[in-house]
Amino acid sequence: MEFFVGILNYLVFFAITAGIYAILSLGLNIQWGYTGLFNIGIAGFFAVGAYTSALLCGPPPGPMDWRIIGGFQLPFVVGLLGAAAACGIIALLIGIPVLRLKEDYLAIATLGIAEVIRLILKNESWLTNSVWGLKHIPSPWQVPIQGKIFAFLKTHPLLPAWLQSFISNGYNWFFLALVLLTLGLIYWVSEKSIRSPWGRVLRAIREDEVVAGASGKNVFFFKMQSLVIGAMIMGIAGGFYAHYVKFIDANTFEPLYGTFLIWVMLIAGGSGNSKGAILGSFVIWGVWAGTDLITAYLALSGVRAASLRIIAIGIMLEVILLKRPQGMLGEEKRVSKMF
Amino acid sequence: MTEGSVILEIKKLEKSFGGLKAVDRCSIEVKEGSITGLMGPNGAGKTTLFNLITGFYKSDKGEIWFHEEEITGLPVHKVVRKGIGRTFQIPRELREMTVLENLMLVPDNQKGEYIWNSLFRSRSVRAQERYIQDKALDVLEFLELIDLREEYAKNLSSGQKKLLELAKSLMAEPKLILLDEPGAGINPTLMKKLNRNIEQLRERGKTFFLIEHDMDLITYLCDTVIVMDRGRELVQGTPEEIKKDERVIEAYLGRA
Repeated sequence: MEFFVGILNYLVFFAITAGIYAILSLGLNIQWGYTGLFNIGIAGFFAVGAYTSALLCGPPPGPMDWRIIGGFQLPFVVGLLGAAAACGIIALLIGIPVLRLKEDYLAIATLGIAEVIRLILKNESWLTNSVWGLKHIPSPWQVPIQGKIFAFLKTHPLLPAWLQSFISNGYNWFFLALVLLTLGLIYWVSEKSIRSPWGRVLRAIREDEVVAGASGKNVFFFKMQSLVIGAMIMGIAGGFYAHYVKFIDANTFEPLYGTFLIWVMLIAGGSGNSKGAILGSFVIWGVWAGTDLITAYLALSGVRAASLRIIAIGIMLEVILLKRPQGMLGEEKRVSKMF
Repeated sequence: MTEGSVILEIKKLEKSFGGLKAVDRCSIEVKEGSITGLMGPNGAGKTTLFNLITGFYKSDKGEIWFHEEEITGLPVHKVVRKGIGRTFQIPRELREMTVLENLMLVPDNQKGEYIWNSLFRSRSVRAQERYIQDKALDVLEFLELIDLREEYAKNLSSGQKKLLELAKSLMAEPKLILLDEPGAGINPTLMKKLNRNIEQLRERGKTFFLIEHDMDLITYLCDTVIVMDRGRELVQGTPEEIKKDERVIEAYLGRA
């Protein structure tokens, strides 16, 4: 029984991470799956979201910190909204010059901006505490919930060990519920909007910008909305991540974790399909976490193990692209249906 | 034939690409309710003229008047709103979208194109969607594409794609429709259907201005034919007159 509770506790932890990745994939799905915007700087938006929320909600700088601002200890929801707003503004600033050009330029610009953001996180210590990162980011309502759980366990010392272990993991269940609730809300927005005339214009732009323009649609304006909304969703995912792991630094947002994996998730799950984006996130994170167990079992050194996992994911991506380019769940045939 | 007022008037229009004068002081009139053909050898400037009328290119000089209103230099979407539809020589369908979706995209100013309305005012958006869908189904019914409504546009044959182009232009409720080689690459059966469609639409009050090389189709459909050569209008007349005109034969075959 204790074994099963251990697995269950791990699954909760697994689902929280996969859920955060699913939010990122939904953001990318709006940009790429619906509109054909080639954003390869997801890590940048992920990081800006995480840092913004951490700075808004976290503690003020301590005596050992380099940063001199931030730490307003605002509520979690404010942090998420701030994260979304910051990412939206950055997307807007990227979009103004770049969205009028051909799609390749957006790829170059987002890649570049993500790298610039990473360097800012590393070097601008007054704001980001540079390589020491941001610590003690509070998880929402953790103190009262954790307190109640401990009090309960203290007054019931005779419970079997497995039940104690299950109950003490209660806060993670709560956090998972928050992630899934947000995921569900973003899923609803994304589904409802893609099936509407708004989504139809986005898909027309993906297929042929000239035709969309010839039908009287303001192509630039629609691309901008897609880029900004997608980036805001990524920012929200960043906020959740920061408040879950409690400590972030620039290395957290390497392109491998912050960009590449999310692309694999969307393409494997089914670009243009919100359910596919979510499914892909859980499956690929499962493969990723699973290979971690395998490489640990094989007793490989950390560097070799990590490289092996990247190769495994790369091969998987190749196979999917060759055998099932539309992903596990492809785009539905008729997307526009409001009634 | 119908003696209508002038719906489209082009006055001394010019357009150069580098040193090449594609359209050179070209003046043309199209009468309302007519089916007017535009002929000319390759490179005479026919498609360029269409692109100038529809706002895809900006003219260097000259004027374009539509319904006694100047439309020179208007951007594409504004020209569409004035009531000029066009089809492309090579169909540009939205490939991974259904035939119905291709049509439903076209109507202007849809409430549901604002994301806020789509999320929170779905009732009025839905009502409008129903109206647009009915209209699209009518157009598909008329062009006998109705059975293909849920098919991906990319799966249509090249002739069906031409009809889809026409269907899309009809969705915008144009008064004048510019067709760029509607007959090219279409089999005879489909061609007859297309001819019938064009005639029926004319009876409903639409005006057609079409580029075509096929003399049979021109003779069958058009009241008036304009022949262009080297960027200018060369001759204007009925198909019968054009066939006999020596200047036309010269333009196509070169001087003896």
